[in-house]
Amino acid sequence: MSGASIAFLHASARYEGAAQLAVDDASLEVQPGEFIALVGPSGSGKSTLLRTVNRLVPLERGRIEIDGIDTAGLDPVVMRRGIGYAIQAVGLFAHMNVASNIAVVPSLLGWDRARIDARVDEMLELVRLDPARYRARLPSELSGGEAQRVGVARALAAYPRALLMDEPFGALDAIVRHALQRELHEIVRTAGTTTLFVTHDVNESLLLADRIAIMRNGRIEQCASPHDVLAHPASDYVRELFAADDAVAQIRAQAGKP
Amino acid sequence: MSYLLAHPGAVAMLALAHLALVAAALATALTIALPFGVAIARNERASSIGLGVLGALYTIPSLALLALLVEVVGLGPAPVFVALVIYAQFVLVRNVVAGVRAVDPAQRDAALGMGMSALQRIGRVELPQALPVIVGGVRIAAVAMIALATLGGYVGAGGLGSLIFIGFTLHHQGEIVAGSIVACTLAVGVDIALRMLERLTRTNQKVQREA
Repeated sequence: MSGASIAFLHASARYEGAAQLAVDDASLEVQPGEFIALVGPSGSGKSTLLRTVNRLVPLERGRIEIDGIDTAGLDPVVMRRGIGYAIQAVGLFAHMNVASNIAVVPSLLGWDRARIDARVDEMLELVRLDPARYRARLPSELSGGEAQRVGVARALAAYPRALLMDEPFGALDAIVRHALQRELHEIVRTAGTTTLFVTHDVNESLLLADRIAIMRNGRIEQCASPHDVLAHPASDYVRELFAADDAVAQIRAQAGKP
Repeated sequence: MSYLLAHPGAVAMLALAHLALVAAALATALTIALPFGVAIARNERASSIGLGVLGALYTIPSLALLALLVEVVGLGPAPVFVALVIYAQFVLVRNVVAGVRAVDPAQRDAALGMGMSALQRIGRVELPQALPVIVGGVRIAAVAMIALATLGGYVGAGGLGSLIFIGFTLHHQGEIVAGSIVACTLAVGVDIALRMLERLTRTNQKVQREA
């Protein structure tokens, strides 16, 4: 299944009652299957921009088109079932076991029992959790890394053509994070899922993304490949953001690893 | 004690009638409190107004309310039924609101973002998570209602209150003691049973809080 195209066309959004726009005239065309990292400090509007895609935050101006269709005309509930969604706090439903959590969207879509069961096992294997051991566990019985694996499996269970991730690995320790980054990369590349990935970790964005959209005060400051962001930063802000962690040195060090 | 031992069948019938009245009122109260509590829980202003009004109703002395209701719906079980439903609202709605509000925001966000409709979010996420707190409210309400329902003796509602009321009128200690002891036993028994149910629903919740 191929990924969806997502186009932001002069999109602006603000939180209710706020004086300032949280997303200010953002325009960005995401190609099918592309992996875009949204990077910037907290308050820069990256999470808000992500949440306008599945209409958790409404647009004030402009529009968003998925596969050329204006999302404003779609039923948000139905539309969201076609878009994978994973967040830093994971938000696994605490009263449901792992299998039921992964089965949420397939069951909302009315899949039959056998198909859901098979898909749950398939997803657990995809995120490298043994179905026999993990299916019946409650979220409280998982480690942070395991919970986020289940979160990724849940987001991808119903073959979404687009995936929205808001700092999904932000709360994990470095070793688990690196493992999950590699696995996620492989999974979405194989499936061809168009992915928007919010992170404040510039190294993570350099590792994973086809293009990095750097945000500042609700505006997209630059959107370019990791190479171009490093080699041709559009502004001092971008240069500083990526220099602050000595990103070049780190990406070279990372490149030495598989 | 002697009356209780001499007429166990009659007392049992009164106890059953007592329980039936409380159960019917509790069921009715819950069918009102659940949707009402869920509806106002999302809104700070609606919650404080709704709970304020119910709290005010809760403070009306029970005998006064009962007398007022007799004027409206007449004698018999009806005024007691209505009074029980009114008194239960405050505790039930308060706990529904507290339970729904305590749902983890991340789970709320995930439920919304994954494409659950408003009803699905309530039925599949919010109510199951709020369940222990709601059962806690049911327990408190049920115990209070068993006590309150004894006032029904004054208005001809039947139940254990009529036994106590007759005892007062005729100065028969036996009826008063029988009625009181059985009413207390019912209250304690219901409290224990619902406490166990509460603990059962909470085992899930407790583990998840630690996560």
